[in-house]
Formats: sequence, structure tokens, C-alpha cells
Amino acid sequence: MEKKSKKVVVLPCSGIGKVFGALARETTYELVERVRPDSAVTTCLAKLVIGDAETKQLVKENPVITIDGCPKECARKSAESQGVNVARSFQTIDFYKAHKDMKPEGISELDETGRKLAAIAADELGQVVDEVAIEEEKK
Amino acid sequence: MNLEITKVGIISCSGEELPEGTISRIACRKVLTDLKPNETVTICLPLFIAGGEEERKFAKKYPTITVDGCEKLCAAKSTEMFSGKPSKSLVVPDILKKHNLSAPKKLRHFGGEDQAAIQAVVDEIAKSVEEVLEND
Repeated sequence: MEKKSKKVVVLPCSGIGKVFGALARETTYELVERVRPDSAVTTCLAKLVIGDAETKQLVKENPVITIDGCPKECARKSAESQGVNVARSFQTIDFYKAHKDMKPEGISELDETGRKLAAIAADELGQVVDEVAIEEEKK
Repeated sequence: MNLEITKVGIISCSGEELPEGTISRIACRKVLTDLKPNETVTICLPLFIAGGEEERKFAKKYPTITVDGCEKLCAAKSTEMFSGKPSKSLVVPDILKKHNLSAPKKLRHFGGEDQAAIQAVVDEIAKSVEEVLEND
């Protein structure tokens, strides 16, 4: 029987109070739409929390990466509270710290600098998706 | 968050999987920052559900409006689960249908053609804020 190829599920916090929540969301879209469209997917974090059966199955059967905007790590904590084993977790503020010349602005929609920073973060996370996928294949 | 003044908490589902989730997020921010900055506060749904004490306390004590991107009503259900029934539960597809508008086709970077949909949701949230405060 052919083994079904797994996807890496990327869950951002999408926090609405700070720019780094918007950066988490944009980084996720960059990752799943441009950088790794064939191996990474996203789903609604809130659906997981209300116990949506389809979403729970998705994160049960596939490895999960969380991307949070701040050290409160709401995406990671929310996923773990639902029994998800988070393979890797990141905070977008760290991408900004590594690229201090790119200060993102805009909470509902990121400015151009924020979008560029999200693209850089997603490029870096593409390798993480590959690593997690390989680890999953070995299981 | 100032708990001394009666305000309305706005809770967006911000669903990542659907354009309507992005509409919800953008529209809520517009109401919070542009239309009703003195009457509303943002309640960050991920923080709320991850155990944010202040958010949960606020939502127990003050009225809330939830804005969901689909019929699964994650924001409304989460609010009810952790604090109490929202004063109003808005659903983006219902608002768009009422105004005969279509949802954007993509998840982000909305264009000019999508602004009418966002504005319809913004107006509905702002109207709900006024109604909730009048009745509170």
C-alpha cells in the first residue's frame, strides 16, 4: 500500500493586538503559499480550540509548527492544550531581532517592510519544514 | 486594558484558512482603531483561549461582540466557553450575503475590489457596538 505523504501544519497566533501577530500570520501565508506549497498547510487555530473534529485529525496525523508573535506563545500553548505534539515553535519577534533594520508596521495589514520580513522568515522556515517532514518520514 | 470604563470587547476569529477570517481580523482592527477607539478594546482570541487572565476577566464582566468568518463560530464558542455568552455574535458570510457582496478570493493582500466587503463588516460591527452600549 502506498504511504500517504504527510504535510507539515503551520499554526500562527494571528494575534490582533500587536504587529508581531500580523507578522506571524503573513509569515505563515508566505510559507504555505510561496515557499513550501506542496508540503506545508495551515488551518484555523480557533477551530482546533473548539475541538473541530477535522482539524483535530489534521494535527493528530501531521507534524505541527507554531509561529507566535510574542513570548506568551498563545499558538503553541493552544495547540498543546489540545494534545498536539508541537515539533517546532517560533516567535516572530526573533526574526525582527535578527533583522533590526526591518521594523514591521501595521497590525491589520503589514506594511511593505513587514511583508519583506515575513518573506525572509518564511524562507528560513522552509528548511525547518523540510527537517520536520524528514523526521516524520523516519517515524 | 482599562476596566474602569464601560467598553465593548471585540473578538475576531481571525481564521487563517478562509478569506472571511482575514476580513474579520481587518474589520475588527478598523473598528478598534478608527471608528470606536474609545468604546472598544481588542480581546486577542489566541491569548484569550491560551489562558489570558485579564482577557477572560474582561469578557466575564463587560459585553463582547464576536466576529466569525464561518458558521463554525469559533470566536463565539470560545468566548462562551471561557467567559460568557457574547452580547452579539456576527458572522461575516451573513453580513456579505445581506449586502449582496462576495468574499475575496484570496487569503491576504486584498485589493480595491474587496474594500466594500470589509466596509460592510466594519459598519455592522460599529452598529453593534452602539446597540450593545445602548442596552448595557
